[in-house]
Amino acid sequence: MRLHEYQSKRIFGKYGIPIPKAKTISSASQIKQITEELGTPVILKSQVRVSGRGKAGGIRLARDVKEAEEIAAHLLGMIIKGQPVHKLLVEQVANFQNEYYLAISTDRSMGCPVLIASMPGDVSIDEVASNHPEQVIKIAIDPTIGLSNYQVREAAFGMNLPKKYWTSFSEISFGLWRVFCETDAESAEINPLVIDPDKGFLALDGKLFLDENALFRHIELYDTQEINGEDPLVIEARKFGLNYVKLDGYIGCLVNGAGLAMATMDIIHLFGGKPANFLDIGGGADLDKVKTGLRIVISDRRVRSILINIFGGITHCDIVARGILQIIVEDQPSVPIIVRLVGTNSDEARKMLRGQGLITLSDTMDLAAQTAISVSGETVIIR
Amino acid sequence: MSILIDQNSKVLVQGITGNAGLFHSSQMLKYGTNIVAGVTPGKGGEWVLDGKIPVFDLVATAIEMTGADVSILFVPARNAMDAIYEAAEAKIPLLICITSGIPVQDMMRVKAYLSNKNIRLIGPSSPGLVTPMEANIGIIPGDIAFSGNVGVVSRAGTLTYEVLYNLQKNGIGISTCVGIGSDPVLGTGLVEILRMFEADLHTDHVVIIGEIGGNEEEKAADFILGNMSKPVVAFIAGKTAPEGTQMGHAGAIVAGESGNAVNKIKLFESIGVRVARFPGEIPILLSI
Repeated sequence: MRLHEYQSKRIFGKYGIPIPKAKTISSASQIKQITEELGTPVILKSQVRVSGRGKAGGIRLARDVKEAEEIAAHLLGMIIKGQPVHKLLVEQVANFQNEYYLAISTDRSMGCPVLIASMPGDVSIDEVASNHPEQVIKIAIDPTIGLSNYQVREAAFGMNLPKKYWTSFSEISFGLWRVFCETDAESAEINPLVIDPDKGFLALDGKLFLDENALFRHIELYDTQEINGEDPLVIEARKFGLNYVKLDGYIGCLVNGAGLAMATMDIIHLFGGKPANFLDIGGGADLDKVKTGLRIVISDRRVRSILINIFGGITHCDIVARGILQIIVEDQPSVPIIVRLVGTNSDEARKMLRGQGLITLSDTMDLAAQTAISVSGETVIIR
Repeated sequence: MSILIDQNSKVLVQGITGNAGLFHSSQMLKYGTNIVAGVTPGKGGEWVLDGKIPVFDLVATAIEMTGADVSILFVPARNAMDAIYEAAEAKIPLLICITSGIPVQDMMRVKAYLSNKNIRLIGPSSPGLVTPMEANIGIIPGDIAFSGNVGVVSRAGTLTYEVLYNLQKNGIGISTCVGIGSDPVLGTGLVEILRMFEADLHTDHVVIIGEIGGNEEEKAADFILGNMSKPVVAFIAGKTAPEGTQMGHAGAIVAGESGNAVNKIKLFESIGVRVARFPGEIPILLSI
């Protein structure tokens, strides 16, 4: 779960990481007072959780109050990469010479946290890592020991950081480590971390990714989560513990298990179709979950056929079948449904579904995908 | 023959009195798996599953009384780290963690803690392991695989069943199937399982079921190139997954070039691993 910049920086600030003076606004009427308070020029930053918002025109500099008012009115309500801007972070402008990158993140390959530092900040760290790997310092941290002083020195040295900044760099690094541990973050990133000749270090941008699986330990952070800009179907799915991702096609999918759901999506593509969504109902889904999942798929107007692919283990095929039948009666969907059921109680389930006009039963994944494509009105391509 | 588990495995079930623990223990027993004990703190002294299996309060006592040498965990995510520590301190050599949704920082601590101990952890979020005719430890349906010479290792759950089912339908049996789990940080990676299959006398072919996210397949490709003589067939799920979106599994996410399925497939093909376009194609590529 990615937090907004203003939320991330607020947390960073609590852990002693210096951040620019700033305020958030959600209405253009607040901008005048805040700009006067902060002093011009100010920078206005759209609070959307996507990368590249600067390039998309979501970050603008205002030299005076009048300009700030115009820009605020323009940015609020803008849609950046599909996300509407509901909030702006209005920030004092910093003077700086050097930009750095500093992050603590989870290294999947090594299975431990890493401190990542780099001299050129404000660029994509992935680009630096692939073009100039020597400029990226990566230090593995033993989570049972924690970040050590020598590791921070190693980073400072590798970044060619002037010695007079070592102490404050160390404070920031340990602050970031504490943020990482105490919020159960997947990653905590400052990019860029700059040096203002008067004020010293400043974290100009902050990006905190929290581990959703650890939110039970951080109810207070969960409360700050804003779901604005999210598709109502996604919110509904999450409420029922369903994994739903909207895609750009026309074949609705309902599958148990994420791997199988991805494979189902892939096989539709392989035979020339396009899935409208990824939907994993998880293991051992009950009637409610099945019905909610199906309702979500049906409510998508782009859907021209539905493919249900279930491999029963803890999931019982007869429960899925009952869910399908109830939805047909209660919601009267008009799109054809292709059903492929294998595993626990599948014989019984298939018997229940046989003779239902809307339903076509299929024996294999490949056949089911091909049928779903052809009844959607598209051509099946056998490669 | 097989890897990791066989008919001699003495299984302890941590969290045996919970819904999932009890249901799957009964399935495992039906399969013929030698379950010797269960652990649920506070329920020690009870007997479950028609009075066949004793329940203990502590893992150490359960091992002392029954000689269990494999533990399978059906413990809720927030208590899983504690349950793993308890089993490891009691020196059980093989731990299989079915639980999904464990905080990733908990797993990193567990991994660091286990690094200097002679204990193997499979998972978390593993569907378990099955060695047909001998032992089924986990939640993989027992009737979709028979004994043979193909080793299967997978990062997925139900997709693994799909592959096993396709193999069975085509008359292909397996030595052992190992679900290593779908989390970002795992106790055991693909490479370690491949090493075991390469050494196993009764495994002649290996099937890898991978998916988007991380670099398990990339490490596996390195290993296969330098160390494997047995033919490998693979399937990688998520070729058409959008970038930057988590696809259900905690670890299934493409971040830029990292974790991309197309790259994984190309890499495999470049070293001679045949990659199926859909699960039903795996038996054909195995050419047994």
